[in-house]
Amino acid sequence: MEAQKPEIYGMLAEFTTPTEIVAAANKAREAGFSKMEAYSPFPVEDLYEAVGFKRTKLPILVFFGGLAGFFTAFSLQTFTMGGAPSFLNPFLPDWFYYPLNIGGRPLNSWPAFVPPEFELAVLFSAFTAVFGMLLLNGYPRLYHPLFNVPRFSGVTTDRFFLCIEARDPLFDIQGTRHFLEGLKPFEVSEVPQ
Amino acid sequence: MASDIKEQEPSLRSDPQVPLVAPGHSFESISKKVIGVVLSVTPKGWMIGFAISFMMLQVLLVSITYLLYEGIGIWGVNVPVGWGFDIINFVWWIGIGHAGTLISAILLLFHQTWRTSINRFAEAMTLFAVACAGLYPLAHMGRPWFAYWLLPYPNTMQLWPQFRSPLEWDVFAVSTYFTVSLLFWYIGLVPDFGNIRDRAKSPWIRFIYGIFALGWRGGSMHWHRFETAYLILAGVSTPLVLSVHTIVSFDFAVSNLPGWHATIFPPYFVAGAIYSGFAMVINLAVPIRHFYGMKDFITDKHLDNMAKIMLATGSMVFYGYMVEAFMAYYSANPFERDLMMKNRVFGPYGGFYWALVFCNGFVPQLLWIKRVRSWEAALFIISLIVNVGMWLERFVILMSLQRDFLPSSWGQYSPTFWDLSTYFGTFGLFLSLMFLFCRLLPMIAIFEMKHMLPESHVHKGDDSGHDPGHAHAPKQGGGHQ
Repeated sequence: MEAQKPEIYGMLAEFTTPTEIVAAANKAREAGFSKMEAYSPFPVEDLYEAVGFKRTKLPILVFFGGLAGFFTAFSLQTFTMGGAPSFLNPFLPDWFYYPLNIGGRPLNSWPAFVPPEFELAVLFSAFTAVFGMLLLNGYPRLYHPLFNVPRFSGVTTDRFFLCIEARDPLFDIQGTRHFLEGLKPFEVSEVPQ
Repeated sequence: MASDIKEQEPSLRSDPQVPLVAPGHSFESISKKVIGVVLSVTPKGWMIGFAISFMMLQVLLVSITYLLYEGIGIWGVNVPVGWGFDIINFVWWIGIGHAGTLISAILLLFHQTWRTSINRFAEAMTLFAVACAGLYPLAHMGRPWFAYWLLPYPNTMQLWPQFRSPLEWDVFAVSTYFTVSLLFWYIGLVPDFGNIRDRAKSPWIRFIYGIFALGWRGGSMHWHRFETAYLILAGVSTPLVLSVHTIVSFDFAVSNLPGWHATIFPPYFVAGAIYSGFAMVINLAVPIRHFYGMKDFITDKHLDNMAKIMLATGSMVFYGYMVEAFMAYYSANPFERDLMMKNRVFGPYGGFYWALVFCNGFVPQLLWIKRVRSWEAALFIISLIVNVGMWLERFVILMSLQRDFLPSSWGQYSPTFWDLSTYFGTFGLFLSLMFLFCRLLPMIAIFEMKHMLPESHVHKGDDSGHDPGHAHAPKQGGGHQ
């Protein structure tokens, strides 16, 4: 073993099956570790709960994203097409007021405004889902200390990793390594910062 | 070998747990197989295919250039048929795209796991088909450099688009559809880009795919958010795909023309879109599994399922035609009746109507026969016929414009050389993009395929041996390592 560096990111244990990684994450959580993360080539059922994470709040964000899309299209069409209650019209700027009389139909012909409202609700929820997911996950982040471990490149193919991070209050290099080795991993390695 | 087939045969029908990945695969071998296509030397067949597609693409460029130079007078459109090949092909291409979203979104929500191996290239097909479709309305504008006038934005002219028009709804629907499909596709690709990054030897390839992978590490919480986002995208794409073709059908149905002003239009347009889309997926899947040796992943079961969906949607479409004919009679409206009988069925393009009935009504009925569904070549040919049939459908619908209420304003439409060359050219665009996709991107969703393997499931102590679907799991995994 090489000399201990003062600063490391964490201690990484490598496993070869999903069953092992879930068991390892459960044991680590029960042992009191809180700052850790498990990595896998594909989503493993309930792994995030084994690590100790809670359900994501993303769906709530998406709901408000969709609502924003709906109201954007609703107000855009209603105000520009002159469909708002008439006492509001004097307050609208000229560039936002363009009542179009199409075949004598009412200015507030709201059923005709439904398709764009629906489409924008979908568009905004999709944007919220995708970019919300990326931001919450902290992507894009092209560099990460874990990439310093050569074997970590197996994580996208067929390897499963459990990393207990150095910022965990229970972390100490010898003790954590000893704990991880007790989980019977394929290999344990230090992650340089 | 023969005993293997005998063993599998009954399970194809009865057991939903039938492996959709050929036996003998491990996590490693799936990555190796799919990424091998990306990282290997360019095959000669690919070069030839891409060269041909690229030449076809030049036909499109020449056609569009001449169109911009001369104006849409070079097309066959005129009064009374103001919409010709451009809208026929617009609807045709966008309909083809719909199968991709159906596979990626609707089948995901219904837990149809067989979608996994075909969803990636079906989504690519969606994007490229929508790109081809989007070209037509833009080209038809005559002055495409003002295309942004379609968008609602505050401008110095203080003008706004006509939000009550189905054509403006189209702008929202098609642009949303393209954007959401692109997001869906890209998000699904991110973990696979990470896999290419980690497997590539060349630093340049690592660098380029690494950028697109956004630094993907596969953390458990990342996967959880990823899956949540993916499911939400599927949830919003499902009504989206139905709305897009509904709105496309509104282009016709909201007008007051006989033969167009019908409530059957939205449902049968959507069914027709999925129908032609699945035909195109089969047309792409058969050569892909053949030339890239992907029969382990795109199995006969996949083709069989797709053929069944084609049969179902094809029958809905045929039902739509019959309802159209019946409603024309039952409405007792002389214009509707004339349109149906004297214009469509026995009109100047009557032959096209009967060809349409043949292609969409009768040919797909062969899919009731199991032997046909498991016969690659027959499926490929039936799918081609279906695509022709769906093109004819849009042609027949458009030709309603030839004869409206006043005989004095009747006319006849025929496409010009430039109509045909533009259509031909969009195949060049579509195929060139498809070839590039097969060469540069993982054409099968790697992480989702891994999830299909029995060994991807977590065994919770005591119940590991009981599940019959997973009984052969240890043998598979062990046999490979």
